[in-house]
This record gives sequence, structure tokens and C-alpha cells, in this order.
Amino acid sequence: MKQVSWVVLAGVLMVLPLALLVEADEDGYGKRKRGPDVAPAADEGYRAACGECHMAYPPGLLPARSWSAVMDGLADHFGDNAELPDEQATAIGAYLQAHGADKAPSKASRELLSRLLTDATPLRITELPGFRREHREISARLIEGNDAVRSLSQCQACHRQADAGYYDEHGVNIPGAGRWED
Amino acid sequence: MNRRGNNSRCIPLLALIAGLTVMPSWAAGTVVNELLTVYTAQGAGPFSASTGAALWTRQYSSTGGKTRACTTCHGTDLRKSGRHVQTGKVIEPLAPSVVATRFTDRAEIDKWFLRNCRWTLGRECTDQEKGDLLTFMAAQ
Repeated sequence: MKQVSWVVLAGVLMVLPLALLVEADEDGYGKRKRGPDVAPAADEGYRAACGECHMAYPPGLLPARSWSAVMDGLADHFGDNAELPDEQATAIGAYLQAHGADKAPSKASRELLSRLLTDATPLRITELPGFRREHREISARLIEGNDAVRSLSQCQACHRQADAGYYDEHGVNIPGAGRWED
Repeated sequence: MNRRGNNSRCIPLLALIAGLTVMPSWAAGTVVNELLTVYTAQGAGPFSASTGAALWTRQYSSTGGKTRACTTCHGTDLRKSGRHVQTGKVIEPLAPSVVATRFTDRAEIDKWFLRNCRWTLGRECTDQEKGDLLTFMAAQ
């Protein structure tokens, strides 16, 4: 019996490194060796209420003051009505405030906020100077003219792992156009 | 531990599973009836699916000379998926015959009536309109 269990252990130890080799897969990440660029939206209440019409944006993509402004304007939420019962709105607002870009330690959050004036309160992630910088080279044909994308607000259309917090260009796959080659 | 299977012990479990699969459509009937009762108590009714169907496709004026309707996002056939007019996000079919969980949660029904009537009609739907719409939608 002891000999068999050593053989099994040796076999497992030999196979294990093979399982860690980088594999080609759809989003180009393979076996990810690093964590997400920004912490994904984790609060279930937020995901349920704010992921019905668009993806539940990670709170680290906007400063806390912007989230506050968004929550104050739900009756006219970019042309739509996104009103919530008071109790729910309060809980979601608290979550977003606590995890906004200025509270989140991630590098991506810091980059998004860089060059944002402290008295500027953009309502849209796509208005952040850091965001504009990263997306300046993409033609309208690939976004507004692309029925599978329609808007830069649809991160998940091109950033296939957006919901998990990955926004690196290596994971970009634009529908109808393919990977982003710089 | 007794490893032998005992068929008679499975029956209550099977009955429970059968009950649970039937429950969503039963639950939809219950929740809708609950709401129709509330609306009736508040002075509305009787309710009609054909009136609801007409409300479903009615165009309401919106900014910039455009119009809006329930169909703008949900489409004309409730058995098919819709698409959010702005974000393009796919909206699962509203028909309970396709998505059994539709109209089983009263809070959800109240929430979406509040938001979507305000967006589409520019005001809240009356109890009569809600009752007619629910009667129409729940029958799809």
C-alpha cells in the first residue's frame, strides 16, 4: 500500500506543473498569474439592482463623489428611470462610496483618476481623462457603428473579462474585429 | 450507514421536486391575482387582456419628436427576448410560458411598473392600466 501511495503522489507532482502552463484561450489570459486590474463588483445588492440594464460596473472605476451624484439622479439616469426603494438606494450608495476609485488601492483606479481635477465630478466612467486616454485610438466604427458594442459604456462587449475586473488590452476582443493589436 | 436504496423513501422527495417545478407558474398566478385584488380594492377593474395588449403597443410622445412604447425595449412578442434601447443589453422574454419566474415577485413587478411607466408614459401607470397590462402579460 505504501508504495502505491508514493507512486500516486509522484504522479500528481509530475502532472501539477503541466496544469500551470499557459494555455491559449479566448481572452488571451491563459492561466492568469496576476489579480484583476480593479476589484470586481462584489456586493450582491448592487449587482442585482445595477446590473440589469448594463454590467455592474466595479465601484473602483469612479471616485466616490461621482457615485454619490449618480445615486442622487436615478430618476433621470442617462435618460432612463432607474429609481430604487430608499432602503436599497441607501445600502447601494454606501457600498459604492466605500469602494470608489479614490478609496480603492488598485493601479487601474489610480490611473483612471490621474489628471482628474478634484472639483470635477464626472457622472460617466467614459468621461474620465484616464479612460479617454486609453480609448483614444478606437474608431467610432468599432463602437457606435458596431451593433454588438454600441457604446463605450458596454465594457463587457470588448473586455471579455470586465465583470471579473480585467481591463488589460490583452483581453480585448472587439466583436467583428478581433483582438486589439497595438 | 445503510447503503441499500429504499424506493419508498424517494417518493416524498420526488413529490417535493415535482411540486417545486410546478410552483413558479402557480406562484405567478398567485402574485398577479394578489395585485389585481389590490387594484380592485382601490377602485379599478374589471381587467382585460385585450386592453392590456393595446396598451402594450401604444406609442407615447417623448423628447426630440420621438415616441416610446413598451415595445421599444421589450418588442411586440413577449415570448422573444428584448433589448434595452440604449445599452443594447438583452432582456429575457417577459412571457411566463418562456421564463417561468416572470411575475412571481411582487416587489419586482412594483419596481418595474414604477420605472418603466415613468419612462414610457411620463407618469405612473394607473391601477387600471397596471391591471390590464398584467392580465395581458401573465397570459403570454
